[in-house]
Amino acid sequence: MDLLNALVALTNFVLIPAMTYGSQLALGALGVTMVYGILRFSNFAHGDTMAFGTMIVILFTWLFQSMGISLGPLPTALLAIPFGIAGTSLLLLGTDRVVYRFYRAQKAKPVIVVMVSLGVMFIYNGLTRFILGTNEQRFADGERFIIRAREFKEMTGLKEGLTFKTTQGLTIVTAIVVVIALFWFLNKTRTGKSMRAFSDNEDLALLSGINPERVVMVTWIIVAGLVTIAGTLYGLDKSYKPFTYFQLLLPIFAAAIVGGLGSPIGAIAGGFVIAFSEVAVTYAWKKVLVYALPESLEPESLVQLLATEYKFAVSFMILVIVLLVRPTGIFKGKSV
Amino acid sequence: MKKILLASAAIALTAGSVSAEDVPVGVILSFTGPIESLTPMMGGSAELAFKEINETGKFLNGTTLVPVRADATCVDAAAATAAAERLVTSDKVVAIMGADCSGVTGAILSNVAMPNGIPMISPSATSPALSSAEDNGLFFRTAPSDARQGQVLADILKEKGVSEVAVTYTNNDYGKGLADAFIAAHEAHGGSVTLTAPHEDGKADYSAEIGSLASAGGDLLAIFGYSDQGGKGIIQASVDTGAFDTYLLGDGMYADALLVDLGADLEGSFGTVPWAEGEGTELFNALATANDVNPDSSYTRESYDAAALLALAMAAGGAATSEAVAANVMNVANAPGEKILPGELGKALDILAAGGEVDYVGATGVELIGPGEAAGTYRHFTIAESAYETVEFK
Repeated sequence: MDLLNALVALTNFVLIPAMTYGSQLALGALGVTMVYGILRFSNFAHGDTMAFGTMIVILFTWLFQSMGISLGPLPTALLAIPFGIAGTSLLLLGTDRVVYRFYRAQKAKPVIVVMVSLGVMFIYNGLTRFILGTNEQRFADGERFIIRAREFKEMTGLKEGLTFKTTQGLTIVTAIVVVIALFWFLNKTRTGKSMRAFSDNEDLALLSGINPERVVMVTWIIVAGLVTIAGTLYGLDKSYKPFTYFQLLLPIFAAAIVGGLGSPIGAIAGGFVIAFSEVAVTYAWKKVLVYALPESLEPESLVQLLATEYKFAVSFMILVIVLLVRPTGIFKGKSV
Repeated sequence: MKKILLASAAIALTAGSVSAEDVPVGVILSFTGPIESLTPMMGGSAELAFKEINETGKFLNGTTLVPVRADATCVDAAAATAAAERLVTSDKVVAIMGADCSGVTGAILSNVAMPNGIPMISPSATSPALSSAEDNGLFFRTAPSDARQGQVLADILKEKGVSEVAVTYTNNDYGKGLADAFIAAHEAHGGSVTLTAPHEDGKADYSAEIGSLASAGGDLLAIFGYSDQGGKGIIQASVDTGAFDTYLLGDGMYADALLVDLGADLEGSFGTVPWAEGEGTELFNALATANDVNPDSSYTRESYDAAALLALAMAAGGAATSEAVAANVMNVANAPGEKILPGELGKALDILAAGGEVDYVGATGVELIGPGEAAGTYRHFTIAESAYETVEFK
């Protein structure tokens, strides 16, 4: 019985939150890795693209809510996601046409394009704030919990509660579906294969008659889809605030680099490595150990490896170690 | 198009040069960064006071105060210092209303205000460390020090008989100052703290902090953060995992928006917030509403008072100079003298011009003590049915 309590506490405070956060990071890192693999630069505007895509989803959600359309227990925002993806695609394709295409034609060095994306980031940053403002917005509706702590305790008679939110379930399920769809697309379809070819060897791909502009366009549309879904899931699960999305850039990049830039599998693995290392290494294991161990071995202290203020240090330590030992990331990506 | 260009060029020219009767004053607040959602209202309130002064036409023979805004960023001391330096050297401001966050306020005070002899009045920096900071008599604040709030919070816990608490604070000068003051007072009352875990604002995920705090346990969780930042993220994460049921909330957590979002989960939680009530507050609310400033936003009253004090100190000194402000802020803020409420700045100018004395009460019942900081009245509130209920004033 006590082992069961330990397991529930661990699931509630470590496994579920880290799984959810990891899924959100993985979707974000997939977008970064796609841009890096195919367009060959680190897109600093990624976090603010997420904020922009989510903003459109929020605006459509409000429209649907005012029209009385809803999905019952599921959040209405799910209905608005396609519109968000469409809007973000337009923005990204427009930016590509006006900005990135110029630098591509110049065959500019990646570091120059990175700086350009920094400029794009500030413009997106202002755009989102101009339209929706700086404040926090809430757009989640429907049923909030699948299981509540109190209900779980009554149901099972355990001392520890377990909560599982609708948005957490939704995040994990959607992430799995999106990842499967993306891998199917990249491996099975003609366009997907041409994108991989373009990523592996640009000159060879061009020689074999692949249209580069088409590859670039499809990449931006996929990135728009990934960021809008990731941003919406994150906003539903936590909250929407442009500033927070800007800050998300850091863990997302850490995830993409740890996994191996340019490698989709790596992006997913990296997302979970970063999320679990942030939550698990700084977790105070006292509660779990008190349940799991016999009374004589019960710990007096909190059994915390590191204080929570070091949680970012943990993910960046992993980043440094990975770059030292395997500069291409866990799954062989391109070296940075 | 040509006309627009000409007009904007003309405006740019006139904006660059300040005429003889115009006196620039700095309004340095964090218009970008973690508290960017609060500062537009704070800036608006300060400018409201300057506008009121200017419209009377009685300020130092028709001198006009021109507020110049600058961005304090809340978190970046170097950027805030540079912005303040620009205000002093390029815009030639004689005094500064600001800054807002305690960290950047301290940086501006020591790096810019003291070397240049520019007085500053902060509406919202509450860190206890600023009470003892070296300031050459140049630093004032219309917000009370958190040393007192920590004591008030601990007193409330003692009355309620709560002894074991977990503490989380926003990792900056404000959060740390308040948390330290609270923990010291709480332990002096015989209470204990199971774990103190700082949290960073604007981060993506707070499950690590809540995991550790829940494992350490406690009767309630004390949160000294911001209601639209990490503090809210912490409550959300705690509700999501069922970690704590009751929260003790510092003043940064007081916001109506928080109740709209999480009111049902906060049932029975309680805390303190610097409060002012009475005629001055009501007058300010009416004045602000009439000028499109939302008076319910945090620290709007303190901002109005800070700006009004700057202007009245100049009037009392008979010159729009830094020295006049530094020398007269305490005199106009405290008794003796005629009590001055918001909207009565014209009357105050008349009295000062006639050589009389004023006791500025303003929107928050200003009373500056010790090294020039507000004494502060705190409202002990509790949350019932998604609304704040006043328990008492302390």
